[in-house]
Amino acid sequence: MKTPASFFKTFFLTELLVGLYVTMRQFVARPNVTVQYPEEKTPQSPRYRGLHAQRRYANGQERCIACKLCEAVCPALAITIESDVAADGTRRTTRYDIDLFKCIYCGFCEEACPVDAIVETRIHEYHMENPGENIMTKDKLLAIGDRYEAMIAADKAADARYR
Amino acid sequence: MNGIPEFVNTLLPFLPEWIRAIVFYGVVAMILFISVILTMAFLTLAERRVIGSIQARIGPNRVGPGGLLQPFADVLKLMLKEIVIPASSSKFLFVIAPLLAVIPALAAWAVVPLWPGFAVADINAGLLYLLALSSAGVYGVILAGWATNSKYAFLGAMRAAAQMVAYEIAMGFALVGVVMGAGSLNLGEIIEAQSGGAFSYFFWWMIPLFLVYFISGVAETNRAPFDVVEGESEIVAGFHVEYSGMAFAVFFVAEYVNMILISALTSVFFFGGWLSPFEGYPLPDLLTAPGFHWLALKIAFFLFLYLWFRATFPRYRYDQIMRLGWKVFIPVTLVWLTVLGVFVVYDVGPWAK
Repeated sequence: MKTPASFFKTFFLTELLVGLYVTMRQFVARPNVTVQYPEEKTPQSPRYRGLHAQRRYANGQERCIACKLCEAVCPALAITIESDVAADGTRRTTRYDIDLFKCIYCGFCEEACPVDAIVETRIHEYHMENPGENIMTKDKLLAIGDRYEAMIAADKAADARYR
Repeated sequence: MNGIPEFVNTLLPFLPEWIRAIVFYGVVAMILFISVILTMAFLTLAERRVIGSIQARIGPNRVGPGGLLQPFADVLKLMLKEIVIPASSSKFLFVIAPLLAVIPALAAWAVVPLWPGFAVADINAGLLYLLALSSAGVYGVILAGWATNSKYAFLGAMRAAAQMVAYEIAMGFALVGVVMGAGSLNLGEIIEAQSGGAFSYFFWWMIPLFLVYFISGVAETNRAPFDVVEGESEIVAGFHVEYSGMAFAVFFVAEYVNMILISALTSVFFFGGWLSPFEGYPLPDLLTAPGFHWLALKIAFFLFLYLWFRATFPRYRYDQIMRLGWKVFIPVTLVWLTVLGVFVVYDVGPWAK
């Protein structure tokens, strides 16, 4: 049995008016949360884990010493490394492939690396057009590292005090 | 009342008078048709922008400045799509059903008074004509659902039929109150009976009837929260589940034209149509003069209410819709008609002149 109060509520549409008030408040306030993507972008952390890169020292020598820690730690088995002794007698990789389809972008390789050679950059807008392009070879990784070294170095510096 | 204006006679003196009449009213009807369709096109955009805003989104804003060309892009896309006719459907009815839905919606505009002394067809039984056409509109929905030969479409059609029957009665009763107040079935005269400023509008004397009429209007047009006819969570898209391309677009047009029509009629019946709300106040002529702009403003307000409702209320359950129509609206209107009868007999209200 309905009480008189509930009859009053029903006939004067009070609950409905409360609902309308809520939506009207939203309509008037207009706090748009939409980010108009190509023109506007959300802020990124320096820790952002995007496309991989291999870095070099300032003298041009590649950092990677083929210790294979990244290959060992990689939970998705995305990294394949083959190593040999280079002409100058140092231990170097002859093959360093990351399969981007297997990679889960966890960042463990970056954490494991003793010489900060493999890093994940903040680049997240990239694509592949043909089969096989998902394999990031050593050359491609080094090319990205060379091109974005300034950005990578700045991100690492920004994050260094928290590590 | 609506003679052919003199300039038509001077422009086409070589034609017999009946052809002149056909030419003139044909052109007027065409202009009205195009305006209604354009309003409908931009209403779809307004709906998406308003609901977007309420949901803290932006809505379509890419095609043209502020998304203003979005409706035309939509039409283009729908025109390029194939119209699939299901193999097991009743083909003639399947094709004819969208037309049956849209023609009454557009034809009803003939009697709507647009500005003082003008309606395309100023007929004395205008209100009966409207009731007849709004009942005819449901045939398009029912036939579409039946001709599709699909369970979902059929369920949607059955729901549409039951819902429209239930709410047409309440709607008709609400209009009986308007007729009692105005003493006429002519829409122009109903507006004139409300002259004398915002407080002479029938709304103040018929608040329950207004609520019943407008909510029934929302139900009649199958809009949220009464859109069980196309309730996508249960019956996919209801009666138009198998329609595509322009055949679907025609149903869409019918729904939106009906929305505009119900808004126009609500402003005519309860808010004085083209009358200025400031009539009789010591204000500049611009504000007190009646005109089409007042009707347009009132229509825009009720259309906004439609969009606001859609963004606010969850869909009614089917049995709740039936309960509201039969067990709430009809008793409420009947009770208020009695009260209104007392008002009218003892000359209390704007009709006491």
